[in-house]
Amino acid sequence: MSMAIPVRKFDAVIVGAGGAGLRAALQLSEAGLKTAVLSKVFPTRSHTVAAQGGVSASLGNSEPDHWHWHMYDTVKGSDWLGDQDAIEFMCREAPNVVVELEHFGMPFDRNADGTIYQRPFGGHMSNFGEKPVRRACAAADRTGHAMLHALYQRNVRANTQFFVEWMALDLVRDAEGNVQGVVAMEMETSEIYVFQAKATLFATGGAGRIYASSTNAFINTGDGLGMAARAGIPLEDMEFWQFHPTGVAGAGVLITEGVRGEGGILRNAQGERFMERYAPNAKDLASRDVVSRAMVTEINEGRGCGPNKDHVLLDITHLDPEVIMSKLPGIREISIKFAGVDPIKAPIPVVPTCHYQMGGIPTNYKGEVVVDGNTVKGFYAAGEVACASVHGANRLGTNSLLDLLVFGKSSGNSMIDFIKTAPKDLPELHKADVERSVARVERLNNQKNGSNVHEARDAMQRTMQAHCGVFRFKDMLAKGVEKILEVEKMVQTTEIADKSKTFNTARIEALELENLIEVAKATMISANARTESRGAHVRDDAADTPENPNGRDDQNWLKHTLWHRDGNRLDYKAVNMKPLTVETIALKTRSY
Amino acid sequence: MSMQTVKFRIYRYDPDKDAKPYMQDISVEVDPSTERKLLDALVKLKVVDESLSFRRSCREGVCGSDAMNINGKNGLACITDIDTLKQPIEVRPLPGLPVIRDLIVDMTQFFKQYHSIKPYVINDTPAPDRERLQSQEDRKELDGLYECILCACCSTSCPSFWWNPDKFVGPAGLLAAYRFIADTRDTATNERLDNLEDPYRLFRCHTIMNCVDVCPKELNPTKAIGKIKELMLKRVA
Ligand SMILES: Cc1cc2nc3c(=O)[nH]c(=O)nc-3n(C[C@H](O)[C@H](O)[C@H](O)COP(=O)(O)OP(=O)(O)OC[C@H]3O[C@@H](n4cnc5c(N)ncnc54)[C@H](O)[C@@H]3O)c2cc1C
Ligand code: SF4
Ligand code: SF4
Ligand code: FES
Repeated sequence: MSMAIPVRKFDAVIVGAGGAGLRAALQLSEAGLKTAVLSKVFPTRSHTVAAQGGVSASLGNSEPDHWHWHMYDTVKGSDWLGDQDAIEFMCREAPNVVVELEHFGMPFDRNADGTIYQRPFGGHMSNFGEKPVRRACAAADRTGHAMLHALYQRNVRANTQFFVEWMALDLVRDAEGNVQGVVAMEMETSEIYVFQAKATLFATGGAGRIYASSTNAFINTGDGLGMAARAGIPLEDMEFWQFHPTGVAGAGVLITEGVRGEGGILRNAQGERFMERYAPNAKDLASRDVVSRAMVTEINEGRGCGPNKDHVLLDITHLDPEVIMSKLPGIREISIKFAGVDPIKAPIPVVPTCHYQMGGIPTNYKGEVVVDGNTVKGFYAAGEVACASVHGANRLGTNSLLDLLVFGKSSGNSMIDFIKTAPKDLPELHKADVERSVARVERLNNQKNGSNVHEARDAMQRTMQAHCGVFRFKDMLAKGVEKILEVEKMVQTTEIADKSKTFNTARIEALELENLIEVAKATMISANARTESRGAHVRDDAADTPENPNGRDDQNWLKHTLWHRDGNRLDYKAVNMKPLTVETIALKTRSY
Repeated sequence: MSMQTVKFRIYRYDPDKDAKPYMQDISVEVDPSTERKLLDALVKLKVVDESLSFRRSCREGVCGSDAMNINGKNGLACITDIDTLKQPIEVRPLPGLPVIRDLIVDMTQFFKQYHSIKPYVINDTPAPDRERLQSQEDRKELDGLYECILCACCSTSCPSFWWNPDKFVGPAGLLAAYRFIADTRDTATNERLDNLEDPYRLFRCHTIMNCVDVCPKELNPTKAIGKIKELMLKRVA
C-alpha cells in the first residue's frame, strides 16, 4: 500500500456528533476555529436522540434543591468510585449548561410559572439523601431527541463543518505519543483520508452492542474505545456496565425511569410492589443497579411474570391517562409498538437490559485524556466514551445527558486553549499509525478462508450476556475470559464477500466488530479481576460481611481499573476523593 | 419456536457492478416471537446476503435512518410489523431521491431544504441569567412540530417535492419552519415569512396530504403549511 492517502487539515477534529460532540463543536465553531465533525450517521441520528427521561440540574424549579445535594447523590450513586473533583464540577455547572441549552432553543416542558419542568428520577434526593427530589429537566419523554436537535440546530447557526457518514478508523499519534488526528473512511465511496488537527476529540458514544440484549442502537459499537486501545491508551473501569431495570422484555427497547418518576410501580407475579422490600425509602426510585438486582432476584426466586416467568411488570394503569398522554407519550408509543400493550390499560413487561457503559477513555474534568498522570497532548474525550469519572460504579439516570453538556463544553474550551498556544503550522504527519490503519482495512479486504462477521459478533454477544451480566460468578467470569479471547481470534480473520466500494455496510460492520471486541475484552478481563462487589459490578464470591457491607471492599478495591490492550495488562489508579472546593463526601454503606 | 418465512421483492442496485437496478426475489426465516418488525427481517436477510445495503440505527423509530418505500408506501422499517404487510413485501428506496446503493438514497437535497429555513431559534435580545420563560399554553404550540425525526418519508411522498426538490421546501422543511415561527422565544417570524414568500418555496404545496398519510410520528405538515399561509395572508391584510 502506497502512502498516497490524502490529508485534510483542521484546527480541531471531533469524532462523533451526538450530544457530547455537538456541544464541543459549538464551542470551537463559535470561537472561529476550523473544525471538522465526523459522524457515522447524520448528526440527529446519533443515539442521544433516544434518551427519554431528562437531564439533571439543581434548578429547584418546583422545590428546594442544591448542587451539593446533587453531588452527594452522584457520589453515592457511583458507590464512591466517582472522582469527586469531576463530580463537583459537573453538578455545579449543571444549572448553567441546562439554562444555556434552553437559550439554544430546547423545547423543555414548562411549569405553570413558565420555568423548566422537572420530574423525580432514581437516586436523586434532597438534603443529602433524604427523599426524592424533582431534578430531571424534561421535554416530555423525548428529552434526548429535543436536546440533540437543538444542539444540531445551534451548530447549523454556527456553521459547523460536518462530515456525515464518515467513519473514523484509527487514531494517529506521533513518536512521542502526541495525537495528530484520525484516519477516516468516507462510507459512500470507501475512500480513506487522514484528518490532521491540532486537537482531536472522541465523542463516539457507547458500546452496548457487546451484549446480545441492549437498549443501544446498532451504531453503538465502541469505536472510540477500540481506536484508543489500538493506539495504546488504556481503558478505565470497563467492568462497570449499567443494566437498566426497564427494557421491554424481548425487544430491549428502553422504557425510561421517568415512568417511575411519574408514579409507575414495579410488580412481581403476585402483584406485589417488591421494591418496598429492597429499598424502603426510595422504593421504585432507588438507584438502577439496586432495582435491576431486585428484579433479577424476584425472577430467580420464581416470582417472575408471563408463561416463562422471565420478566416483571411496570404498572402505570393507576395514573391519570392525561398525564400518560402529556408526559409519557413516547413511552405509550413504544409500549404499544414493541410490547403490544397500551400502558393506560395494562402493565408493561420489562426486564433489566444492558444500557450504559460507566467506564471509558480516562480523562480529567477538562476533557483532557490522562495516562499515567500526564495528559496526552492533543487528545480529548467526552460523553459516554469518556471516563471522567463522574459515574463511577453506577450512573444515576439523567446524569449522562448532563455529562454530555458539561464535558462537551469543557473539552471544547480546553481544545480552544490548547490550539491557541500550539504552533501555527501542523507538524509533519507521523505515518506509522496511518499505515497500520490502512493495513487493517487491507487485511479485511483481502482475507480468504476467514471467519464470518455475523457469527463472530453473535458469539461475542452471547458470551458477554451469559458470563458478565447483572449478577457475576467467579467461575463464569474466568471462563468468559477464555471464551472472549477465542472470539477475538475469529475477529482477527473476518472475511467479507462484498468487495464493493459503494456504501459497503458489510465492511463497516466488520470494522465495527474490531472495535467491539476490544471493549468486550476490556470488560471481561477487568470484571474477572475485580473480586469485590461495587455498584453495577456484583459477584457471588464477594459476600456481604460486616467489614465489607454489600461485598464492597474499600480496603483493596477503592480504585479505578485500567486495562491495557497490550498483553491484556491491568493496573489501577486511586479514586480522587478530593472535591474542588467542598469537603470530601466520606465513604458510607449504600442504602436507599 | 416455529420459524416463519417472509417473502421479499427488493430493489437492488450497486453501481460498482450493476448496469441498472433490478428487483430481487428472496425470502428469509424469522422467529415471529422476537422478530416482528420489517427491520428484523432485513437484518436477517443481510446475514444471508451481506451485500444488501440499508441504513438503520436506533431500531425504535426515533433516529429516522430506515425510511423506505414498503409495499408502495413510505415508512420506517423498524416500527412496521411484518404481519401487517402483504407478501411478497416489495421494498424500494425512498422515491424521488438519487439512489446511492440498494435502499440507501442521497438525502442532500432534503437536508438542504431543511437548512434553508434557518432551523434554529433566532432571538437577538440578550439572554437572561435563567431560562427564558414560556407558558404551558405557548409550549403546547410546539407539540406536533418539534418531534420530527427528519426521516424524509413525507417529502419523498410529495409530488410537488419530486418535481421541484431544489425549489420547493417540502413538508418536512415547512413543518420545521412553522416550529420556529410558533416558538414564542423566536423573534424572526417576519424574516421567516419573507424567506418563504415565493411561488415555489411554500406555494408549491397543493394540499395533496400524502405527507400526513405517511409520517411515522403522526405529525401533520399540511396543517403547519396551512398556518404559515394564514400568517402570510394576515400580514398582507
Ligand atoms: C434508550 C436510551 C435512553 C437514555 N435516556 C437517558 C436519559 O433520559 N437521560 C440521560 O442522562 N441519559 C440517558 N441515556 C444515556 C445517554 O443518552 C447516552 O449516554 C448519551 O446520549 C451518549 O451521548 P454521546 O454524545 O456520548 O454519544 P452518541 O449520542 O451515541 O453519539 C455518538 C456519535 O459518535 C459517532 N461515531 C461513533 N463512532 C464513530 C466513528 N468510528 N466515526 C465517526 N463517528 C462515529 C456517531 O455517529 C454519533 O454521532 C439513555 C440511553 C439510551 C440508550
Ligand atoms: S400536502 Fe403539500 S407538502 Fe404535503 S404532500 Fe401534499 S403537496 Fe406535498
Ligand atoms: S414530518 Fe414526519 S415524515 Fe416528515 S420528516 Fe418529520 S417525522 Fe419524517
Ligand atoms: S432505525 Fe431509527 S428510525 Fe428506524
